[in-house]
This record gives sequence, structure tokens and C-alpha cells, in this order.
Amino acid sequence: MSLASTPPDIPTLPKSLAANPILSRWVNVHSDGVVDVRVGKVELGQGILTALAQLAADELDVDLAQVRMLPANTASGPDEGLTSGSMSVADSGPAVRLVAANVRALFVGEAARRWQVDAERVTVVSGRIASPQTPDTTSYAELAESVDLGIAADAGVPVKTLEQQRVTGTSAPRLDLPDKVAGRARFIHDLRLPGQLFGRVLRPPSPGARLVAVDVSRVADLDVQVVRDGSFLGVVGADEAQATRAVEILRGSTTWDERDTLPDESDLDTYLRAGPHEPIPVIEDDPGTQQHDRGLRATYSRPFIAHASMAPSCGIALWQGDGRLAVWSHSQGIHGLRNAIAQVLDLEPESVTVEHAEGAGCYGHNGADDAAFDAVLLARAVPGRPVQVQWSRADELSWSPFGSAMTADVNATVDEQGRLTSWAYDVWSQGHTARPGYAGNPGLLAATHLEAPWTYSAPTDPPAARGGGTTRNAVPIYGIPHRRITGHRLTETSIRSSALRALGAHMNVFAIESFMDELAQLVGQDPLAFRLAHLDDERGRRVLQAAARAAGWGQDTPDGVGRGIGFARYKGRGAYCAVVAEVEAEHDVRVRRLTIAVDVGRVVNPDGVRNQIEGGATQATSWTVKERVRFDRRRVTSDDWERYPILLFSEAPQIDVEIVPNPGLPSLGAGEAAQGPTTAAIANAVADAIGIRVRHLPLTADAVVAAIESEQL
Amino acid sequence: MKQRYSLSVNGAQVDVEAEPETSLLTVLRNDLDLKGARFGCGSGLCGACFVQVDGAVVPSCDTPMWSVDHKSVVTVEGLAGDDRLHPVQQALLDEQAGQCGYCLAGVLVSAAALLDTNPRPDEQAVVEALDRHLCRCGVQGRIVRAVVRAGQEPI
Ligand code: FES
Ligand code: FES
Repeated sequence: MSLASTPPDIPTLPKSLAANPILSRWVNVHSDGVVDVRVGKVELGQGILTALAQLAADELDVDLAQVRMLPANTASGPDEGLTSGSMSVADSGPAVRLVAANVRALFVGEAARRWQVDAERVTVVSGRIASPQTPDTTSYAELAESVDLGIAADAGVPVKTLEQQRVTGTSAPRLDLPDKVAGRARFIHDLRLPGQLFGRVLRPPSPGARLVAVDVSRVADLDVQVVRDGSFLGVVGADEAQATRAVEILRGSTTWDERDTLPDESDLDTYLRAGPHEPIPVIEDDPGTQQHDRGLRATYSRPFIAHASMAPSCGIALWQGDGRLAVWSHSQGIHGLRNAIAQVLDLEPESVTVEHAEGAGCYGHNGADDAAFDAVLLARAVPGRPVQVQWSRADELSWSPFGSAMTADVNATVDEQGRLTSWAYDVWSQGHTARPGYAGNPGLLAATHLEAPWTYSAPTDPPAARGGGTTRNAVPIYGIPHRRITGHRLTETSIRSSALRALGAHMNVFAIESFMDELAQLVGQDPLAFRLAHLDDERGRRVLQAAARAAGWGQDTPDGVGRGIGFARYKGRGAYCAVVAEVEAEHDVRVRRLTIAVDVGRVVNPDGVRNQIEGGATQATSWTVKERVRFDRRRVTSDDWERYPILLFSEAPQIDVEIVPNPGLPSLGAGEAAQGPTTAAIANAVADAIGIRVRHLPLTADAVVAAIESEQL
Repeated sequence: MKQRYSLSVNGAQVDVEAEPETSLLTVLRNDLDLKGARFGCGSGLCGACFVQVDGAVVPSCDTPMWSVDHKSVVTVEGLAGDDRLHPVQQALLDEQAGQCGYCLAGVLVSAAALLDTNPRPDEQAVVEALDRHLCRCGVQGRIVRAVVRAGQEPI
């Protein structure tokens, strides 16, 4: 089997390059030999800039140290849309390679012209340019002034073959890590622009609250300026400690009109199923009733989950004298953010510039865009002065959008030989994107609090072509003759949800893979054998078998220890990932070990892939055994690390990752592949350990007890 | 009312003016331009801001200035001094133990304090020393490996 496509007759530019074909928008060569590369993708802690630098270094034939990755910028860099969906190497990689190959060709051409030699015979090694036809050598540095990169990329310039790449495919160390280990200024929180002021926002106490009155006299003796627009209330000042204190004082001198707008957290199932919904038909075969077959049905669910990034969201804005607005943000989509700001404030998008600055780990649509817009609103009160807004921990945990709660029913039949004959699946969820620009809404939080407030429609889902949201990975990879698979997206919602790592795939894979184990048990088969019996996909089989082998599948586990497997191909067309979990489930669930195999096609940076998979699996372990956003009918209550606990060092599993090599196939992102399989593997291991199936996340001691009780009914 | 405080920070004597209740973290970041300690929660629950005060690891977000007068503060920037790296910083690089890196400065402060008292910690000792730190990127395994490794490097 080969997925390699045959080259088209007329070469075409990769998508993001076709939209931004001018070379100098991507690459600039300086006379000191440094090559600046500016991509539209942003560093989220996932190591993307290192991987793209490796690709560029190979095409240019320079050392990695010569490549400098610049922050994405709406004014001077290419627009490559969002950094999301594990698509960054796949989207940006081909563009970076072709741009760099074009740049190399232009420099080679310039050298050949000067020396009057054949361009084909000119060589480049570590940035030194030479030819067997002349004793002279030159370099990128020396030719930098004479080569014009202000021209469009030529799709016909050849890129390096696999064998010619030297840096790509190696575990080059992360370019950003030395700064972070040394504690150097690197994050947006560390930026101090000339004249910068500190802003703080006093968020409403609850999502449905409106500001009735505020007594600003209580902060009159502090050196801060109070900014109010409707229910948006904040302060700006030169002293960060005073700004923070002012917000705390204001908290006690405001009157709010609050209402109960939130669903019943103890019965999200009813909330999710009540509707109204948009139906999302994914597969519409009629499973019919398979008369003589045995059937099984089950319901699974997960709660709302928070991003819970280690840093509170942060944004900086500066209203310049000429009416132009400059913004710094750790957004995943700086172009979308720019357009949304312009939309709310009725500005020309061209008058707004957004530059990316690194934040802490980003696992989807967090508060970055909102914090940037907070800064824009506060900075409007102090033209000419940059204002940096940093959220509080409580705001970060309660106002960043959540990953939606979900619930799913599976209903399947098996024949006498133990083969699956039908599968019906329904999944209910809020939408998985409310990013700036979704469904025409700017999507910025503070805009809903303004004097003339924006009201937004319910979160939507990315289109099926981008993997969907509610129904992402809702189609099992296994061969089943009759299937009906339907998503049900709530169109009226009272909690803000948006993209969180893997979107609906986390829940869908948890449900499918838990149910595969339940079916295997029904027909008396080993869970691995049952999966393999229904799996034709060769790459998938190899990954499943690799994880099982490495984990010692089939060998006995000690008393009280259970083992379980979970597997999926992300989005049905991305990375393959199989996870074997070993858990202890005596009082609460402790995940001891995760053994993981992945196939991500061509690997740009093996250690980077491992790091992403380990991190994703550790985070998914945290979601699985601990996490649940808490709220009453009015307020989100899980607003600190005690009420929203995440995995501790002492709870982190040992993780081993095996990369199943497939260098001839396109690179597939690794960032989200482990989420669903990890959760499923842990749930299956818990069932193996205690003999009882827990179908509702998180798998806390309480959930285990509840499952035992419902089993006894 | 601002008061004058004098303390040692990473071996250098400094005088700063601050309100007594202002956090050490704010002064480090805004007055002394030391950005290594990071704000994560402001309530001592995440470890991002940890520093050593007279050798003890404390959350600088929750440490008021009045309490550090005439004390000696060490931040991640001062673990090794100058532009050198402390062995545990080097070990983190060697293990590529980081993703976003926001948690690392605080983790390093705790790890270095551990190595001061227990130069050859085993995994269990490292996990215990780091259990007040959160890492949302899920790099715990690599971090623990790196700290154990730092203890094994020849001194
Ligand atoms: S910021 Fe100090 S412990 Fe979290
Ligand atoms: S590396 Fe991101 S929080 Fe630890």
C-alpha cells in the first residue's frame, strides 16, 4: 500500500504559499549570514519552530544555528491561518521547504552568474557556496545584498529528497529551550515595552452578570485609571501591584445583577440531550435489526474540561497616534484575532497589526484572544502607551472557553462468530469552536460585556473537511458492515466551549474503544485480538501490535493492577496511536505506566514527536482521572488549583513511546493523537483491574464507587 | 506607603522601594528585571514563581516584601551565576525536558535546593521535591529523569 501521490504534471504551490507567494515574506538573508524565517504558524510550546527550522536548514544547506525563526506577524509575515489540528508541519512544512529551495536557487544562480560557471555544478555546504569550475567561494552572507527575494516562489524548483536531508529527521534540540531553562525573558508576560502600563480587568462574578453600579471613590488614592464600558470594568496604572490591588478593592465596591444561567452540573446528560440540536449525519447506512445477533448498548460521557494552562492569558495593546493599533498576543490565529478586533471596534483590518508573542502551553482556543482584546479596550483610554493585561488564575480557570461536555450512546451487534455486524452511534455535545470569526462572530469575551454588547451564537464545529468537532473520530476504524453515526450539536448553549486538544475525538475514541472492550468481553475474545480481527488497515495493525508487544500484552499483571488498550487514527486520516495502560485501582485510580506506539509518517524530529506524545498522554491522564469543571447554576466554582486539580508529579505515569517508522509517507501531526487512546486505555485498564466498567469521566474514586453501585442495582 | 528594603538577590546587594504587602515576585520581575520567576496562580499552588529565601524554597507570589528585608534571595537566574548553567539546568537541556517551559524556572529552583541537601537523589526523592509544582504540558517524566541525571553527573 502506498499513499504517496504521483506528482502532478504542472507543479503547484502548497496552499499557504499560493496565498503568500513572495519569498521575502517568508525568508530574509542578512549580511551576517543569519537567515530569518517567518512562518504563519506559532510556537505553542510544541516545538513547531524547531521542526520548521530543520526543514529550512536542509533546503538552504545551512547549519541549523544559522536559521532564526521570527515571530508571526499580520503585517509582515504570511497568513497561514490557525496553528491547530496538528496540521502545522503538514501545512507549513511544504511551503517552508519550497521557499527555502527557491532562495537557495537564487543564491546559487547569483554565484554562477558572477563566476560565469554552470549553476548546476554549484554546491552549498554549511552556507558556503562553491563550484569545481572556480577556486573562489562565496556565501549567503556575501551575496545577501545582491539577491532580490521580492519575487514569487517558483513551484518547479526541486526540493531535497529524503536521502539528501541531513537535519530533518534528527532530534535537533529545541531552539527555545535554552532561554526557558536559563529563566530569560521569553514570554509575552515578560515583555516590557517603553512606557508600558499594567492593566487588570474585573470580570463579572458569573457569566450572566451585568454591572449595575461601581463606586470608584474607593480607589481614588491609588495611582490607577478606571475604565468602564457597560459591564466591562478594568484599571490601568504604572504599578502592577497597585493595579492588582485596585481590582480587588473594586470587586468589593460593585453591584451586579446576576442570574442563574448555567445547566445542572450533576446532570449534564439531560442538558446535552435536551436540545435544540443541529443533527450531523456522518454515516447513514441503516444498521437495521440484525435478528439473530447478540446486541450490546452503553452510554459514555465526559464533563467540561478546562485548558488550565500554567500561565494566565496575557495581551498587550498600543493605540498609536495615527489611529493605528498594535497588538501582541499568544493567540493561535493572529489574523483571525486582528479581523475580530477590527469587527468589534469598526476599524479597517489593515489599521490593526497583531504580532505573536509566546505564551505558556496552549492546547486549543484559550483566553489568549480575549486577553488581547482586554488590552485593546484598556489601552484605548491611554493612547500612545502600551498596556499589558494579565489575567488572574481564577479568571483563567473560569473564563477561558472549556472543552465541551459530551455524552454518547453506542449500540452494536455481533454474530455467532464474534464478528461485528452493526454499529449505531449518537453523540451529543456543544460545538467545539468559538474562535474569533466563528460563524461570523468576533468571539471576543469582553465584547459581550460592552455597553452595546455583542451576543454570540452557540459554538459551532469545524467542517468535516477539517475533521469536524462533535463527530471528530466518531467513525470507528474497524470493519463493520452496517453503520449509522450521528452527531447532535447543541444550538443553544449557556457555557462557552471551544477547541480543546483533539476536540470531540477525545470523547469519541474513549467511547468507541471502551465499547470495543465490552464487545470483546461479550464474545469472549482478547481485546487486542478482537480489534485486529476487525482491522484491515496495515499501518494501524502495526501500531497496535507494536504497543502490545512493548507492553508485554498477554502476560499476567500483579494483583490489583489492570491493563487496557486504546487505539485510533486521529481524525481518521492523521497519526496512528495505540496506548497500553497499566493502572492500580484500589482506592482511586493510579496510572502506573503507558506504553505507546505511533505512526506519524515522515518524522521531522523524533524526540519532538516523543515529547508531544508523552505530554499529550500525561495531560490526557490528568483529564481522565481528575478533571471536571465545577459550577452551580450561577457561577463556575472550580477557579483555583484546589478546586480544579490536575495531575501531580507523584501521579504522572511512566511513559514509553515507540515510533513505528514510515519515512516515505507524509508527516502527520503528533500533538493530539494520544488524547483519546490514552483515556480509553486507562478506562479499559480500570475495568480489567476491578471487573467493573466505568463509563463516565473522570475516573475518580467517586465515579468508581458509583459504577460499582449501579452494577449492583 | 512605600518602604525601603535591602536584600541580597543572587549574591548582589539591592535596595528597592515597595509597599510592604507587594509580593517579592512583582519586585523581582518589575523592579529588578529578573523574569525567571513566573506568575502562575498568585497563591502558592503551582510552583511557577518559586525562589529560595535564605535557602528555603518559597512561592515568591505569596511572599510579601516586608518579610524578605535583609534576607538572601536566589532565583533561577542565580542558580549558577554569570552565564553558566547549573548542572540541573544542563540536565534539563540534555533530556529536552520542556515544552512551553513556563513551569521550568520554578522547578529548577526546587530541584537545585534538593541537590544541595541530597546530591544523589533517587526518583522517589525527586518526585517528592517537585510535588508542589504543576506542569500542564505533561513533561513530568522528563523533568524527573533530568534531575536524577543531574545528581549522577560527576561533580
Ligand atoms: S504563582 Fe506562585 S505558586 Fe503559583
Ligand atoms: S513545560 Fe509547559 S507547563 Fe511545564
